[in-house]
Amino acid sequence: MSTTRASARPRRGGGIRRGEARAGYLFVTPAVVIAAVFLLIPIALAFWVSLSDWNGFQSPLNPRVNFVGADNYAAITTEDGLAQRNFGRAVRNNLYYVLLVVPLQTALSLFLAVQVNRAVLRGRGFFRTAFYFPSVTSSVAIVIVFQFLFLGTGAVNQVLRAFGVQGPNWLNDSRGVLHIVYGAFGADAAPSALADGGMLGISWWEWLAGPSVAMTVLIILAIFTTSGTFMLLFLAALQNIGSEIDEAALMDGAKPLRKFFSITLPMLRPTLFTVLTLGLIGSWQVFDQIYVLGGGASILTPAYLSYETSFNEFRWGQGAAIAFILFVFIIVLTLLQRWILRERSPKKRGFAQRAAARNLSEGGVR
Amino acid sequence: MKASQWTVLGLTGALAVTLAACAPNGEGNGGENGGNGASGGDSLSVLIASSGPAEAGYYQEAAARFTEATGTEVEIVVANDLIQQLGQGFAGNNPPDLFYLPWDQFETYASQGFLEPYAGDLANAGDFLPALVEQFSYNDEFYCAPKDFSTLGLQINTEAWEAAGLTDGDVPTTWDELATVAEALTDGDQVGLSMGREYARVGVFMNQAGGQLVDGDTVTADTAENAAGLEYLQGLIADGSLVFPPDLEAGWGGEAFGLGRAAMVVEGPWINGAMANDFPDREFISVELPAGPGGPSTYSFATCWGMPIDSNTRDSATAFVEFVTTPEEQLLAAEAFGVIPSTTAGADTYASQFPENAAFVAGVDYAVSPVAFAGAAAAVSEFNTELENIANADPSALLAGLQTNLQSALDSARG
Repeated sequence: MSTTRASARPRRGGGIRRGEARAGYLFVTPAVVIAAVFLLIPIALAFWVSLSDWNGFQSPLNPRVNFVGADNYAAITTEDGLAQRNFGRAVRNNLYYVLLVVPLQTALSLFLAVQVNRAVLRGRGFFRTAFYFPSVTSSVAIVIVFQFLFLGTGAVNQVLRAFGVQGPNWLNDSRGVLHIVYGAFGADAAPSALADGGMLGISWWEWLAGPSVAMTVLIILAIFTTSGTFMLLFLAALQNIGSEIDEAALMDGAKPLRKFFSITLPMLRPTLFTVLTLGLIGSWQVFDQIYVLGGGASILTPAYLSYETSFNEFRWGQGAAIAFILFVFIIVLTLLQRWILRERSPKKRGFAQRAAARNLSEGGVR
Repeated sequence: MKASQWTVLGLTGALAVTLAACAPNGEGNGGENGGNGASGGDSLSVLIASSGPAEAGYYQEAAARFTEATGTEVEIVVANDLIQQLGQGFAGNNPPDLFYLPWDQFETYASQGFLEPYAGDLANAGDFLPALVEQFSYNDEFYCAPKDFSTLGLQINTEAWEAAGLTDGDVPTTWDELATVAEALTDGDQVGLSMGREYARVGVFMNQAGGQLVDGDTVTADTAENAAGLEYLQGLIADGSLVFPPDLEAGWGGEAFGLGRAAMVVEGPWINGAMANDFPDREFISVELPAGPGGPSTYSFATCWGMPIDSNTRDSATAFVEFVTTPEEQLLAAEAFGVIPSTTAGADTYASQFPENAAFVAGVDYAVSPVAFAGAAAAVSEFNTELENIANADPSALLAGLQTNLQSALDSARG
């Protein structure tokens, strides 16, 4: 009897590990259920909506909803019309927003982190709190404060006036910043080469408009609010760099600038990747500021357009399509950025530097 | 070991059953539960968008009076974002039994088949102002009982008016007179006329010139009449007597008016509340808009009581609408938060009780509804964007864009 059981055991995966698979499945079930209910099913349903003509009445799976193929995607990308133009405009606005916000907030947060990390700085705690403060304040509240600061007669323009500069009527100014710059050089209207061609219903001239003056305010706002959060990430990474490395660099005769670019920055690569990725994702999804300001062509973004198309015009399919295009956009850009920030092959750098960076990034930071 | 595993399994199973029991029943039963549904048609949930505590307070009291008279419980829900909450309600198959529906959303809702066309069956269906009945009819069916309405009038700052040496006889009734007084009132930091730089104001002048945007199934935006309306405004801008609020450091026309930066504005009856709250010292009168070459014209903006299609509380909801649209209730509402009653009798009484608002009531005789068919909103907001260049743009170019966008929206709406 006992011998039969003993010989049967290995086949049934018994012994001390018997039943572990069942327990394992049991333990992962809650996580799987939560992921399915809150992520997988909604994403699948949204994808279905983007391929359907659902108008927001009852379930998107009810029998009156029809499959329309890629019509919704075509309406915003290839078919001439208002939907396409609005999408083009939203992408244009957001592109300039990302191009300015991501590098600037990363640079600023790194700069702040390095400053408040210095041992000699007095009142470090105060500065750390002060820089972090905008991040813990609701962005809605900050938008409203900015609305007042950037009035035509607001504080910002008062300060500018003290320097003899007549500031624009910030949030009501829909002119593109680059258009203003071209205008200063005498190019007020579109050259025909730029006026005729275009993409997504927007002429090249309009693509080259730069962010609107109103959008510039939101760019400043985003940099102001997010740099504190990212400063914290950089600060944590900086504090992981041991002081012995600083000392070693000092002994090798590295000046502060050289030390920063050759030692500190390479060691921050993983954090840099995190910050850039989070920044990229967050700034492609900018919504709340636009919502508080009530939208408008000059500050339209894909996320807000998706909301407006869905809720105000009941074109839920188009709204979902915009969301999916945005999703793909973000994924592609994140992969691209990952590729750019990858560890370079050894040939491109000096041996000593590479070895130092590798040893340190493997040993020190993690 | 083995026992505890089975215990965990059993507990998980029990939890799953509990959760399933808590979840609402699926789509299967057609989702007829409009409100809480517990007591059938004897309770109503009513979603309103409140302009302030006065409006919400009035409806709480009206609901209490209605409950006393009929025994039907009414829950008044004040929306933070009406359109979004309605969208969620309809998508979740749980719309409120009655809800505010603004004029600009009405046709979208009706054309998508969201609305119950109950208004024609109301006992007092014939009492509503004809212009409003037309505004809330879709395919010749009266869907949605108007709650109240507003029209646009011309507000005149009496202090500035007297300072410019103008008298009661100078109140403008034609475009030429408007241009004259606007010029006379323009002085230093004060411009003669201001209004929102948007279709809902500018369009009035296009209509006064004899234009209209939609004629049956065709869009007629690029007509000479509409262009004449824009040209008239361009003339005022060139004279310096019309400046839009953003350039006056004001969020909207009323603020420019209250701050004294504009001596006249084109706004509706909401100006009374805004002035009383923010600029209590501003003394002004509201008169009818001057007539253009095509005759008098103004816009009417109204809100109606929407009811979701196939509502199972149709009878009690209809009774509630009949109750709040009686002349007595409408006058109470008018006293509470200043809206103009939507019934002929109510509006007349209102005009005599509140003579300062008589001009808005008078406007309803020739008021038209701004275009608001499904999909028009995007074309209109595009036009509003283009209007930023109104000072320098060629009117026919502005209108050509509107023509194209509106026509394609109309085609897909009617298609």
